[in-house]
Amino acid sequence: MSTPTTLFDKVWRAHEVHRSESGQSLLWIDRHFVHEGSFHAFNKLAERQLPVARPDLTFGIADHYVPTLTRDLAGVVDPKVRSMIEQLSRNTQQHGVALFGLDDPRQGIVHVLGPEQGLTQPGMVMVCGDSHTATHGAFGSIAFGIGASEVAHVLATQTLWQSKPKVMRITVEGQLAEGITAKDIALTWIARLGADGARGYAIEYAGEAIRSLSMEARLTLCNLSIEGGGRCGMIAPDQTTFDYLRDRPWIPQGEAFKQACAYWATLYSDPGARFDLEVTLHADEIAPTVTWGVSPEEALPIDRAVPDPEQLSDPAKARQARESLAYMGLTAGQKLTDINIDRVFIGSCTNARIEDLRAAAAVLVGQKSRVPGMVSPGSTLVKTQAEAEGLDRIFIDAGLEWRHSGCSMCVGMNGDLVASGERCASTTNRNFKGRQGPGARTHLMSPAMVAAAAVSGRLTDVRTLTAGVDSSVQATGAR
Amino acid sequence: MQPITVLDTLGVALAAANVDTDQLIPARFMKEPRSVGYGQFLLYDVRHNEQGTPDAEFILHRPNAADAEVMVSRRNFGAGSSREAAVYALVDYGFRCVVAPSFGDIFASNAVNNGLLPAVVEEDDAERLLAALGDTPAAIYVDLEKQLIRVAEVEVSFSISTVWRTKLLNGWDDIDMTRQHANTITDFAANYARQFPWTAPRLPETEIISKG
Repeated sequence: MSTPTTLFDKVWRAHEVHRSESGQSLLWIDRHFVHEGSFHAFNKLAERQLPVARPDLTFGIADHYVPTLTRDLAGVVDPKVRSMIEQLSRNTQQHGVALFGLDDPRQGIVHVLGPEQGLTQPGMVMVCGDSHTATHGAFGSIAFGIGASEVAHVLATQTLWQSKPKVMRITVEGQLAEGITAKDIALTWIARLGADGARGYAIEYAGEAIRSLSMEARLTLCNLSIEGGGRCGMIAPDQTTFDYLRDRPWIPQGEAFKQACAYWATLYSDPGARFDLEVTLHADEIAPTVTWGVSPEEALPIDRAVPDPEQLSDPAKARQARESLAYMGLTAGQKLTDINIDRVFIGSCTNARIEDLRAAAAVLVGQKSRVPGMVSPGSTLVKTQAEAEGLDRIFIDAGLEWRHSGCSMCVGMNGDLVASGERCASTTNRNFKGRQGPGARTHLMSPAMVAAAAVSGRLTDVRTLTAGVDSSVQATGAR
Repeated sequence: MQPITVLDTLGVALAAANVDTDQLIPARFMKEPRSVGYGQFLLYDVRHNEQGTPDAEFILHRPNAADAEVMVSRRNFGAGSSREAAVYALVDYGFRCVVAPSFGDIFASNAVNNGLLPAVVEEDDAERLLAALGDTPAAIYVDLEKQLIRVAEVEVSFSISTVWRTKLLNGWDDIDMTRQHANTITDFAANYARQFPWTAPRLPETEIISKG
């Protein structure tokens, strides 16, 4: 028998075009997504007068700068924002690259659209000039974010130089209790290991709790790998994966699909495969989790209180906590459930898939939000689906805005911003200072927890709201 | 790309952990073409108040700060987004090296691709360098060949991968390097297409139907 191999190594090896004397690998890239922000890379290509090597493997998606109030480019007030969207159209057209543009019925956030269209497949190496590219690893592919110079390199050569990262396995044993989601798993391990805890590692998520996650929930979990510093996050494909992929628009059909599935089924870590680091969590330890600070590592179960820097023995941690509390406008030792919010946002590549919207709607049905807020579906197809299910009515009746799809208020590039000093309960991925707008204060949590915060006007344990509600209408992320 | 061997210059201390990419350059400035110079956007919201008035106390607004080429900071520098604009802001400001106990993965790659040295030091050594620099720009010496940094009496070593060190010492560019392997890539692509035929995108023939 050959040496037991990790899932990561199997995929890596299949893509190694060349290995340099220094040990760097030149990797073949199966899928390359570009967006409005990729203009720097196209400019680099133009400076060198180079063509796109493989336009057939390159896909353009308008998401970062798209308006969420209209699908009409003329409705974009800021000429610089409009120009970003136009540049993407021009660059993709010039190089013969397929574009999912503003008015495309399939448009969406790249990390929602890729899986939805079946462009994302197990065993691939996928890149995009966006750090949340790790999302696609949910299918058992190696997917990671790259900078503009690397985007230019991939455009020019369809390859990328990479040093092989170490591999860590995060195992979640047991079954998640009701109300506990993939978001909570992610925030829990990041809080435990730190925002740079997985730096230098590719992560494989494994264990009973992970196997039980739906495809959507797996996408959320892998999406947040970068927030713990990981190069990428991946989950071995299984029947859940194959069932999700079958009949997706860009997925092979018939015999080709069978052939692909046979290969995909070989993509798992062999028993006895060696990992550079093993981390084990038990599902019982995971509670609905929210962030209180300005780094995703500053996260706690909802029934706890924010730290008191005076009580922290490590001076570096005390200093960081003091600064975070000051920015967030919180008092040392304040209970999380005593934190009032000003706004909610449900959206982003992390948590705006149909299951996420269902989970939020299940909490909001028949309720009023005490604060303003908006819902931006992860893709236009998710929006259409949600409308077919009547979820849009639930959000609108609760007093929230039902918007078009885009990156929206997660990063504010299109002008959807949280005002300075405002506190937002958000389903997004980063609580960095100023992420949702200058001076904005972000608390990250799952969609159901954001909905619970909307209903009560403060951070709330969703389990205290939904107790007694028919459990069949509650989406928990677990099947 | 301009090679780096030795930097005998001024350094500034940015004594904070998790200086993330969104702080290094707020998203709203990323619509600008590079030609406007991204240095003006560096740490914009950290060094200006809400009205856009510069904070005179901030290290980058101290006398001589414009001549600084090395920044020393705390752990997890450049965490977050893949925006290469975070590196453009540092480089356009005049920085050639950032020293920290750890860096965001993508930020570090972006830095090297733009000739900015991400020098990794031990946490204690970062504290010693920060203390030695103090709150005004001060003399600092960085030697990439010997992998050492000196501020006054404090001398520490730093780590960097051999590949990145070589690239920075020579000012090499990846695209030129890779194009030398053009034939290998072509052969690989042909074999790969035979072995994994399903990876070739199959254009949808039918109308798109939402799968939810």
